[in-house]
Amino acid sequence: MPLAASSGSLFPKPTSTTAGDVDELFYFILAISVVFFAIIVGAMFVFIVKYRQRDDLEIQPSPDHNNVLEIVWTVIPGLLVGVIFFWGFISYLDMRQAPDNSYEIQVTAKKWSWSFTYPNGHVDNKLHVPIDRPVKLVMSSDDVIHSLYIPAFRLKMDLIPGRYSTTWFEAHTAGDYTLFCAEYCGTQHSTMLAKVVVHPSGEFDTWLDNAANLLKTMTPVEAGEILYTRRGCVQCHSIDGAAKVGPTFLNVFGTQQPLTDGSMVEVDENYIRESILEPQAKIRAGYKPVMPTYQGQLKDEEIAALIAYIKSLSTTNEATP
Amino acid sequence: MIAINENAAPGSTPAAEQNNYLTCDSGLRSWLFTLDHKRIGVMYLAGILLTFLIGGLIALVIRLELFTPGKAFLSEDRYNELFTLHGAIMTFLFLIPSIPAALGNFLLPVMLGAKDVAFPRMNLASFYLWVVGAIFFLLALVLGGLDTGWTFYTPYSTTTSSTVIAATIGVFILGFSSIFTGLNFVVTINTMRPPGMTWFKMPLFLWSLYATSIIQLLATPVLGITMILLTAEKMLGIGIFDPALGGDPVLYQHFFWFYSHPAVYIMILPAMGVISELISVFSSKPIFGYRFIAFSSIAIALLGFLVWGHHMFISSDSPLAAVIFSALTFSVSIPSGIKVFNWLATMYKGSIRLTTPMCYALSFILLFGIGGLTGLFLGALATDVHLHDTYFVVAHFHYVMMGGTLIAFLAALHYWWPKMFGRMFNEFWAKVACLVIFVGFNWTFFPQFLLGTRGMPRRYARYEAEFQSLHQVSTVGAMVLGVGLFICAGVLLMSLIRGRRAPSNPWGAATLEWQCSSPPPHHNFEQCPLATDPYDYSELVFEGEDEGFVRRPPDFPKRSNLPEEEPALV
Ligand code: HEC
Ligand SMILES: [Cu+2]
Ligand SMILES: [Cu+2]
Repeated sequence: MPLAASSGSLFPKPTSTTAGDVDELFYFILAISVVFFAIIVGAMFVFIVKYRQRDDLEIQPSPDHNNVLEIVWTVIPGLLVGVIFFWGFISYLDMRQAPDNSYEIQVTAKKWSWSFTYPNGHVDNKLHVPIDRPVKLVMSSDDVIHSLYIPAFRLKMDLIPGRYSTTWFEAHTAGDYTLFCAEYCGTQHSTMLAKVVVHPSGEFDTWLDNAANLLKTMTPVEAGEILYTRRGCVQCHSIDGAAKVGPTFLNVFGTQQPLTDGSMVEVDENYIRESILEPQAKIRAGYKPVMPTYQGQLKDEEIAALIAYIKSLSTTNEATP
Repeated sequence: MIAINENAAPGSTPAAEQNNYLTCDSGLRSWLFTLDHKRIGVMYLAGILLTFLIGGLIALVIRLELFTPGKAFLSEDRYNELFTLHGAIMTFLFLIPSIPAALGNFLLPVMLGAKDVAFPRMNLASFYLWVVGAIFFLLALVLGGLDTGWTFYTPYSTTTSSTVIAATIGVFILGFSSIFTGLNFVVTINTMRPPGMTWFKMPLFLWSLYATSIIQLLATPVLGITMILLTAEKMLGIGIFDPALGGDPVLYQHFFWFYSHPAVYIMILPAMGVISELISVFSSKPIFGYRFIAFSSIAIALLGFLVWGHHMFISSDSPLAAVIFSALTFSVSIPSGIKVFNWLATMYKGSIRLTTPMCYALSFILLFGIGGLTGLFLGALATDVHLHDTYFVVAHFHYVMMGGTLIAFLAALHYWWPKMFGRMFNEFWAKVACLVIFVGFNWTFFPQFLLGTRGMPRRYARYEAEFQSLHQVSTVGAMVLGVGLFICAGVLLMSLIRGRRAPSNPWGAATLEWQCSSPPPHHNFEQCPLATDPYDYSELVFEGEDEGFVRRPPDFPKRSNLPEEEPALV
């Protein structure tokens, strides 16, 4: 089978504690499968060649059943799948049970972005983790079912609205990895990706301190720009004038915009604040009411920073002094 | 069913040719209101082939879009609607009714030597239910722009689209059509077997249809319950699946798969039945291990009800549930393995003829083998975590559903085509099509296993650049596969125009349907034939004149490969 030939690139490099075990089990099943498939193909071709109907072929008597044979080819595969089952379930239990000393990160998914909340309250759209330390993810979804999938760690677990699901991993190689959404969730399912950053030894804590103090070290516009990507606004709002799921932020501040009820609204600080906290209150004409609320998720300073950033994207912002 | 005739094989007399089920009556009404199981089978066949064409063309569009990682020509929403349509059409409209409803309807009574099924009116009703269900379902999907995937998972399906209930009603109507067919088959097999045909002298195809019918009867009602629960939730606001009302979305998955996993066996069991017939006929040897094959069908049908949870290993259900479902899933792999070994043993010391149906049957064994073996990776819990919802799964079930059911359907179609339409097709071009389909199929789906192990999730309209080369290989393969299927269609259609007239028994098979003329007369048999051993070929000899097989004249030497002392089937 060509599968075996290119086995070097069968998987992404395994970089977590359990990944190696998963791969070993995979190769074990692969070996069994290749052997069985070879037997099937081999027998088939030999029989076709040997017993192909021709004039000189003496038809030889052969039995039409044989209980011993039936038992043999029931019991041997039965034992082998028993081993596969047992191995698979032992490793699975390891994957489901996080060690007690795990570092805990809360994961929230919503259409179509990820957010990761660290123990000190910092929220990020990337999953930053320390190396060589078990990390437990406590996960839930705000809307539909999503699934967190990190191929490099051989890790996958659904995020379900109204439930907490947990999973864990321990990364052993520093670097950046991709996190996918594996459960179909609508329009942007296929771009609902996030980065996983495994920090080299000792650097994780420094990163976390700096990240949490964004607003203290940056101007509101700079912080707003970072929040715009980090909190997922970028999924639905562009800054180049193109309409995505939501309206663009370019040159919108200070303008009059139509609403679905036919009235006009001026895009000012209050309207933006209201749009973030109560997105369904006023809906822009031509858009669907799909923006999630950020009530309780963004601090006042963060909302102010976002407003400052949206303002900075407008060349007409002289209009509102 | 009174008169019994030892040699109820009239051969294709000119009279029979003039007066067969196709010509005995004409006009549109004679088709639309027919109670003849053969005509109903042919109408089913036309219907499901049409849906297969639609589903297949959509698949090609999807593959073309996936040629590039970014947007080629479909927006994400269009893409999502198309893969939903493709999956829904192929499973509910094509695969489930393919072998049982179309071919089963035509063949089951003839193979029993009967004039029709037990309830001919119900049979016609089942066809119209299928038509109504299909139209209703397609309208719900297309007008509602349904983009949920064929699995309709809540809460996505209930929060984003209002037509999911309509689509479920469509599936339920289709389900009723299967219930009608299933009930008909069960009753027919129980009550109308001819004298001499005990349960263990029944052709294995009938065993598999029997097992399939039982699944259809038991599993489809669950779909109805799911639909009622969805409606109750929507109308009455009772929280069942919707977390906003205090329901549990994973519960929906349990309901869905409680029907849909057995449905997988509705699709594969008849396919296995077909292969059992074909391997035996074209090895000119009794099927090896008849009872083991028959019982394994029943085992699969029963165990198939207990494994639905293997679709939910990562849905955060308890690990204990996952372990139990994993164990049960492995247990159902054994009976399938038994069948493969028995087929191979049937070929041993046979006299193998590589006709087109046999080529398809062999390609079934290879493709279904790969499909089954890759199922081991998904049944094992630890590897499933990585592979679940990736292209590995996509490749796996295409190997099982398409490499399995579709290829067996094509095998069956070629095998029984002469019986159904009275014409032989061009063997050379039919084999070319079979080869192109085999190559194109592997070319399309083998790369998808690699995409899956490397971490490419399924249902992705856009993808990362690292996956591009494998996607492109797969797309090119899909075009080859498409060409193969068109050649196959062309060969069969041409046979209707140019094909040589088919003799009663072109393949040398011993089951009863080959005893009536091709195509069969309106009432199948003038006199009820006496059931003989369905796999005893020793009484058949090739007759050069109309290139078919006839019963051995008394002075002709026996063409036996059975040891004399062995009774044929015990
Ligand atoms: C799921 C997609 C989505 C996300 C994520 C999202 N929005 Fe929106 N947003 C919309 C849509 C759609 C509208 C238009 C409909 C409406 O007015 O509610 C909108 C409207 C707005 C408006 C009003 C704009 C106008 O021109 O009328 C503002 C301001 C806004 N969003 C800010 C944000 C901010 C800040 C974030 C990130 C913290 C964000 N949105 C995240 C979809 C989204
Ligand atoms: Cu998703
Ligand atoms: Cu299943």
